[in-house]
Amino acid sequence: MDLLQLQLLLDATKITLGLALTSLVVGLVLAILFCVAEMQKNPLIAKPISLFVTILRGLPEILIVFFIFFGGTHILFLLTDEFYDISPFWSGVVALSLIFASYASQTLRAAIQSVPKGQQQGAQALGMGPVRCFLRITLPQAWRLALPGLGNQWMVLLKDTALVSLIGVTDLMKQADLLSGSTYKPFTFLVAAAAIYLIITLISQWLLKHLDSYINRFDAGVAK
Amino acid sequence: MLILKFIRLLYSHLVQLYSVTIMSIELKNICKSWGQLDVLQNIDLKCAKGETLVLLGPSGAGKSSLLRVLNLLDTPDNGSISIAGETFDFSTKLSDKKLIKRSQMLRQKVGMVFQQYNLWPHMSVMDNLIEAPVKILKQTKQHAREEAMKILEQLQLTDKADVFPLALSGGQQQRVAIARALMMKPEVLLFDEPTAALDPEVTNQVAEIIKSLAITGITQVVVTHEVDFARKVASQVCYLESGEIVEFGGAEHFQNPQTPQFTNYLKH
Repeated sequence: MDLLQLQLLLDATKITLGLALTSLVVGLVLAILFCVAEMQKNPLIAKPISLFVTILRGLPEILIVFFIFFGGTHILFLLTDEFYDISPFWSGVVALSLIFASYASQTLRAAIQSVPKGQQQGAQALGMGPVRCFLRITLPQAWRLALPGLGNQWMVLLKDTALVSLIGVTDLMKQADLLSGSTYKPFTFLVAAAAIYLIITLISQWLLKHLDSYINRFDAGVAK
Repeated sequence: MLILKFIRLLYSHLVQLYSVTIMSIELKNICKSWGQLDVLQNIDLKCAKGETLVLLGPSGAGKSSLLRVLNLLDTPDNGSISIAGETFDFSTKLSDKKLIKRSQMLRQKVGMVFQQYNLWPHMSVMDNLIEAPVKILKQTKQHAREEAMKILEQLQLTDKADVFPLALSGGQQQRVAIARALMMKPEVLLFDEPTAALDPEVTNQVAEIIKSLAITGITQVVVTHEVDFARKVASQVCYLESGEIVEFGGAEHFQNPQTPQFTNYLKH
């Protein structure tokens, strides 16, 4: 493996990380929205979202990725009669964040429901409205309960980015595949890609551990 | 004779007028049921400003339910409530939105200290205290912090300002909960079983706090089943059984109970 090839792999790693991190942020926002919608008393809001999340969780990830990219292009064509080039990267982000959100919303919902009711009543009794109470009291406490589950789903998301290579994004997986094809050294490049994936997961595990002890710091007692 | 009669009439009118203006809490015909179970039945109650009203009774008598109705954490099915200048009539249906808005207004004037304290564990004591004043009363952080330090000093908690609630003892958490409610400068303060989880010494401290708050003119309603504690703090007492008021009156009722039920309750 020469320097140029290494450079290509590192560039592809940036794409993989970009995909994963963008999908994580978009996915978390979507997860909160799904979760809030599913907990609404109004069935006209709760039921459709619940159905949507069930469908997303019931389909293979690769199908969703293909559906957003190829299906999306087709739908836009049917709707506007014009052919649009959808960016494979952003289709990937949409697909991955939908997949992440559909699982993460369930983790988050369970966590929110595990925050004792008294916490909200404490806020209510001081005249706080439901939205502020959710954002300031319930959600911050739900994070720490949800963190282990969300950490797991982040790992899954990171590896799901490899699926996006199939719609033409030159991510780490795709680049490793291209290089093994052109150099006839599949072992070298697959091992190199594997090592990079592993390094990323190890770093995220380390970060998650620190995040966890930061989020749980109030069990220890003294602030600041 | 006629003049005397006239004066008497005038006097009774004045008394009526006066009592209307100084009533801090007035409940009329409050009913509440959960399914088949009537937890509150036709409750009529008046409490003047600055009084400390103790709600006594066995478990399941409806004391806590009544307390939760007072700041509308539970909505009664019927009757009317007038508290801290806010009046709610439940005989006609209120729209949900309006009720939520108005009960938020009410709760700014009617504070509550919960049995489980319900402090927010992810915020320091100081942040617990200033959250509502800053976000709801729109005080500046600086101002709210100064107010908080004053209250913490009164409750001997100055050194705990930067500590997370879980690191405090039960008695300290209870005092933080009281401090948090006081930050809103409530006209009425509700206590739900404030001594349920505390040892006798700390129970006395809480009694002292309630008594010193009474001097400041704040109206307090205290739910308890501990007779000794009730005697210490009460200026008014209301004895409930199965959702109904059995006996109601001034603190002298502890010496001279009027009903067999209350007499019996005081014995044990």
